[in-house]
Amino acid sequence: MANEHPLKPFYSVLVLAFACSALVAMAAVGLKPYQQANRSLDQKKNILSAAGIFNPEEPITEQFSRIETRILELATGAFVPTEQVDPTTYNQLEAALTDSMGSELTKETDLAGIRRLENYSPVYLVTSNGELEQIVLPVRGKGLWSTMYAYVAIESDLSSIRGVSFYEHGETPGLGGEIANPIWQARWQDKQIYGESGDVELEFVKNRDQFPPESQIHLIDGISGATLTTQGVDKLMKFWFGEHGFMPFLARLRKEGYTNG
Amino acid sequence: MAETNKELLVRSIFKRNPITLLVLGICSALAVTGQMSTAFVMSICVTVVVAFSSLTISIVRFQIPNTVRIGIQIMVIATLVIIVDQILKAFYYELSKQLSIFVGLIITNCIVMGRAEGYAMSNPPIPSFIDGIGNGLGYGFILMSVAFVRELFGSGSVFGYEVFKLSTNGGWYIANGMLVLPASAFFLIALIIWIIRFLDPEQQEKS
Repeated sequence: MANEHPLKPFYSVLVLAFACSALVAMAAVGLKPYQQANRSLDQKKNILSAAGIFNPEEPITEQFSRIETRILELATGAFVPTEQVDPTTYNQLEAALTDSMGSELTKETDLAGIRRLENYSPVYLVTSNGELEQIVLPVRGKGLWSTMYAYVAIESDLSSIRGVSFYEHGETPGLGGEIANPIWQARWQDKQIYGESGDVELEFVKNRDQFPPESQIHLIDGISGATLTTQGVDKLMKFWFGEHGFMPFLARLRKEGYTNG
Repeated sequence: MAETNKELLVRSIFKRNPITLLVLGICSALAVTGQMSTAFVMSICVTVVVAFSSLTISIVRFQIPNTVRIGIQIMVIATLVIIVDQILKAFYYELSKQLSIFVGLIITNCIVMGRAEGYAMSNPPIPSFIDGIGNGLGYGFILMSVAFVRELFGSGSVFGYEVFKLSTNGGWYIANGMLVLPASAFFLIALIIWIIRFLDPEQQEKS
């Protein structure tokens, strides 16, 4: 190997790089359907566990079939008929990127840092004997490094949180990654999102004990060592429960009540 | 080298264990040994990656220019790791979520590169492949031993099955909180190294 041709290292690296990239591409493309099936199953599981009704003994699809999936128009808060948008195939993240189904957010409105917002969003309704029990809403927003995706389940009073489940994020493990920790998520329970004025008053703070007792119902302790991630969570809640998010829908629901159909 | 394939396979488990003798691959041994199931999957992944990276590198070892050999080794290893990661995501989604970044970090697991550079570059494909499997098994053996102790005394279970009923579940066993933390693996690995070097004084370093 003493007198190698000076260009040989380039050739060999090039050839190998091509071979390796072909292999990686094949694996990624070939396994995509399986991975997507897993991901959608995982999403369903997270919707169930946000609502606190996940039962590991029973197949997820069966449990999920008891939940009603509806599509609503974010701007008006009205349900959209299934002929117009099919809830089984609708992908809100892809829709946000198209011009016909989504739009760009202005800097002032884009609290959550998501850049583009879809016109329609799915909501998951948990009912019992025709009565609305919980609503599970998909939310997302930018943390420190990544977009965080979560489901927030709220009670039929349309303000108290039943549960939350962050199912996808790329925050630092052990710091911001603690948003996926069930112990922290349990602190969300029974908090009120909206104040008496109807604005979002839910807030993530440092040491909530220093705040007056009457505001405690809106305060959740942030994660220590993850200030920016916590701020991201704070902003995404403000955005998604604000006027560009689900506020019109919740207002309409409060006024008209839940009717099946 | 005049070692038979069987010797090649066995020697890395006890005589030349990558963790206890070469002290390689400690980082992941700390991180994934909290539960036996994750340690088990990690061991399999590392074994597969070491074996196939050694095989591939050994096959092309005469074509690899000396100047860029480390880069080429890393490229082969990275490709294998990505494929393993994709397969895990497709078929063992829950596990891949638990292992999260550690699968990706197999690329930086010193054992893989150590075997590629130290053995596969100068030996034929079949022995390299077997050496890779042996090292993976040796790594797995230590990982499983550490995970066994940590899971049993840290969470009162083995492979997720309850052995000691925890006091938090109304049982009698008070879990040892330190064993849940990754740092406890340091002590356990040190103990294992001590025992192995006591049983086999040849492995002791000459002072």
